[in-house]
Amino acid sequence: MGIDRKNEPTGQMSKVPEDFPGKVIPAGNGANVIVTSLDKIINWGRSNSLWSLYFGTSCCAIEMMQTGASRHDYSRFGFEVARPSPRQADLIIIAGTIVNKMAPVLRRLYDQMAEPRYVIAMGACAISGGPFFYNTYSVVKGADHVIPVDVYVPGCPPRPEALLEGMLMLQDKIRTENMKHKINPIEGFDEGL
Amino acid sequence: MKNEDLQGLIASWSPNLVFTEEGSQYLNVTVPIEELHSIMSKLKHNDQTSLDYLFCLSGVDWGEELGVVYHLESTNFRHSLVVKTQTTERENPVLDSVYDIWATAEFHEREVFDFFGIEFTNHPNLKRLFLTDDWDGFPLRKDYEDNINMIIK
Amino acid sequence: METVTLNSNFKSEEYFINMGPQHPATHGVLRLLLTIDGEIIKKVEPDLGYIHRSIEKMCERDSYQQIVHLTDRMDYLSANINNEAVCLTVENALQLEIPERVKVIRTIIGELTRISSHCLWWGVMGMDVGALTTYFYGFRDRELLNDIFEETCGARLTMNYNVPGGLMFDIHPNFVKRVKEFITHFKSKLPEYDRLLTNNIIFQKRAIGVGILSREDAISYGASGPVGRASGYSCDVRKHHPYSALDKVTFNEALRSEGDTYARYLVRIQEMWESLSIVEQLIDNIPEGEFRVATKAVIKLPKGEYFQKVETARGELGVYIISTGLKSPYRLKFRSPGFSNLSLLNHIAVGGKIGDLVATMATLDLVIPDIDR
Repeated sequence: MGIDRKNEPTGQMSKVPEDFPGKVIPAGNGANVIVTSLDKIINWGRSNSLWSLYFGTSCCAIEMMQTGASRHDYSRFGFEVARPSPRQADLIIIAGTIVNKMAPVLRRLYDQMAEPRYVIAMGACAISGGPFFYNTYSVVKGADHVIPVDVYVPGCPPRPEALLEGMLMLQDKIRTENMKHKINPIEGFDEGL
Repeated sequence: MKNEDLQGLIASWSPNLVFTEEGSQYLNVTVPIEELHSIMSKLKHNDQTSLDYLFCLSGVDWGEELGVVYHLESTNFRHSLVVKTQTTERENPVLDSVYDIWATAEFHEREVFDFFGIEFTNHPNLKRLFLTDDWDGFPLRKDYEDNINMIIK
Repeated sequence: METVTLNSNFKSEEYFINMGPQHPATHGVLRLLLTIDGEIIKKVEPDLGYIHRSIEKMCERDSYQQIVHLTDRMDYLSANINNEAVCLTVENALQLEIPERVKVIRTIIGELTRISSHCLWWGVMGMDVGALTTYFYGFRDRELLNDIFEETCGARLTMNYNVPGGLMFDIHPNFVKRVKEFITHFKSKLPEYDRLLTNNIIFQKRAIGVGILSREDAISYGASGPVGRASGYSCDVRKHHPYSALDKVTFNEALRSEGDTYARYLVRIQEMWESLSIVEQLIDNIPEGEFRVATKAVIKLPKGEYFQKVETARGELGVYIISTGLKSPYRLKFRSPGFSNLSLLNHIAVGGKIGDLVATMATLDLVIPDIDR
C-alpha cells in the first residue's frame, strides 16, 4: 500500500504524510477519504449487529426470552431482532436439548444460513447432553456432534447475565478476525477433524 | 357408588373377572382380552357406573406378559375404577382398541404401540408417534438393548 | 360482508403444507402437517417426538430424589407443581405425616407458580395474535416473581425445592413481606391487562366464535384444565381431590359454557384472580414447625401401585408408579395434560382458517416437552 500520486489534481495540497500505513482513496470532489485498516471497521460493524435465529427447543428457551425482555435487554448490544428464517440470520443460539429426530433439522438450518455464521451452545444439554446423559436412547450428547460451535455457555438454565457474557465474548471473537485468512469452521467437520 | 356395590354390579356381567383391592387405592378389575371391548362399552353406557372419563392409559411389561392398564372416572358420581388386561404373546400381541368409546385413546394407544409393540385392532391411524418410522425395536420393554445410544450407569 | 363466488372456470384442489419444527408460532418444536384448500383447513396432523428425551426409561434406574429433579424439566413453566406431584406420591406410599407448615408453603409456592405461568401465557398470546406490547408487559411481571423464587428456592426456572419428606430449606425471612408487596402491585396490573387485550375490539373479533369445543367432546377427548373448564366441564382437581392445604381455602372455580377461544382466555384471567385470593388467605397464617421430616437416605416404596393427581397450570397431571420394593420404580408413567389437549386440535381446527389455528393453539397453552416427555 502506499499513496497513489499519479492522478493527483494540480493545485491540491496533499496533507497525508509519506509513511502513512493506510490506503488513501481520492474522492470525487478533491477531498481525501482516509480508510484505516479495512478489516477493523468491517468487523466492528459486523459484530455490533448480529441477528439471531429463533431456535429454542426446551427450558433454556425461556431464559433466552427473558434475556430479550425488558429487564436484561439484548438489543442494547445490537442483537435487535430475532429472525424466524435462517436466510436472514447470522447467529444461531442452540437453547435446549437436541434429540436424534431433531438433529437433521438443525443441520439443515445451519446449511441454509449465509456465511459468515456463528453458533452459541447455551445450557448443559447443548454442551454435552446435560442431565440426560445416562440411560437415554434418544438424546444427542452435545450439539457439537452436529454443527461446529463457537461459544459455550454453561448452566442449567444459565442466567440471562451469563448468556449476555457469552454473546459479548462472541463479539470479541469477531472483532479479531481477518477476512483474508478466515478458516471456515464447517470444512473438515464431517470427516471428524 | 362404593367399591362393594361396583364390584357386585360388574361381576354380574361376566364370570371371568378377577377383583382385588390390595396394593392400590382404587378397585382393580382384571379382564381377559376377548371380553375387553364389551365390558368397556358397558362400563361407559350403564347409568349406574357411567364411567365416561378415561384419564390414563399405560402399557406395562410385567416380565413374561405385556399388558395395558386403564384408569377410569365418572364425572357424575366421582368414583374411579382401574381395569387391567394382559397377554402372554410377546412376538405379536394384539388387543382391541377402545377409540370408539373414548376418543382420547387414539394418541395413547399409538404411544403404547410405539414403546411396547402392542397392536390394536380397529384403530384409525396406528403408526409410531415419538420415534422415527424406521426405528428398530420397542424401547420400554425390559429386554431392550441399545449399545450405540445408551450409556448405562 | 359480501361473499365472493368463484368463477366456474377455476378449480381448487387440496394443498399440503408443513408448519415445521422450527416456527415462531408453535410453542416449542411441534410439527403440524396441514392439508388446506385455499385458506380453509381440511386436516391437521401433529408429528411429535422432536424433544422426546426418554424420561420414563431413565426413571426406571434412578432413585426417587433424582426423579424429582427430572420432573422440573418436563413442564418447566409449572415446575414446582410437578415436583409436588412426585413428592406427594412417595409420601402417600410411605404414609408419612407431613407438618402443616410444609403443606401451607407448598400451596403458596404452587399458586405463585401458576400466576407466573399465566403471565407468560398472556404475553405470548398477544404476540401470536399480533400485539407485540403484551410480551414485554407479561415478562416484566414474571421477573418480580423470579426474584422472589430466587431468594427462597435458589433458582429462577428449575427450582427443585420440594423433596420427598418436605422442603429443601426453610423460607427466607423476607418471603412474607415480598409476597405481600407483589400481591398489591399485581392487583393494579391486572386491570391494565384487561384494558390492553380483553376489551380490545381487534382481539375480540379474532377470538369470539373460533375453535368451539362442546362439553361431551371435552370429556371424551380427556381435556382438562382451563380448556375443559371453558366448555362447561367442571374438572378442577383442587376442588374434587384436594391435596396439601387446598381443603382449607375457599375459592371459586372459573367455569364458562361457550367453549370458544375467548372463553378459554377469560377462564385463565379469572384463574389469576383466584390464585391471588388463595395466596392472600394463606400468607398471614403460616404455622410454625419443622420444614422437613426425616426419611432414609435410600427410599424404597412398598410393593404396590400408587397414583396421584395434581392441577398444574395446563391441566391435570397424573403420576402412576408401580413398585416392587426396590430403590427405583418398576414402571413410572406421567399422564400429561398437554397430550390429551393436543389430540383435540384436529377436531376443532377443521373448517377454520390458518389464522384461527394460530389463535386456537395459543389458548390451548401447549408446552411441547410436557407432551413428548
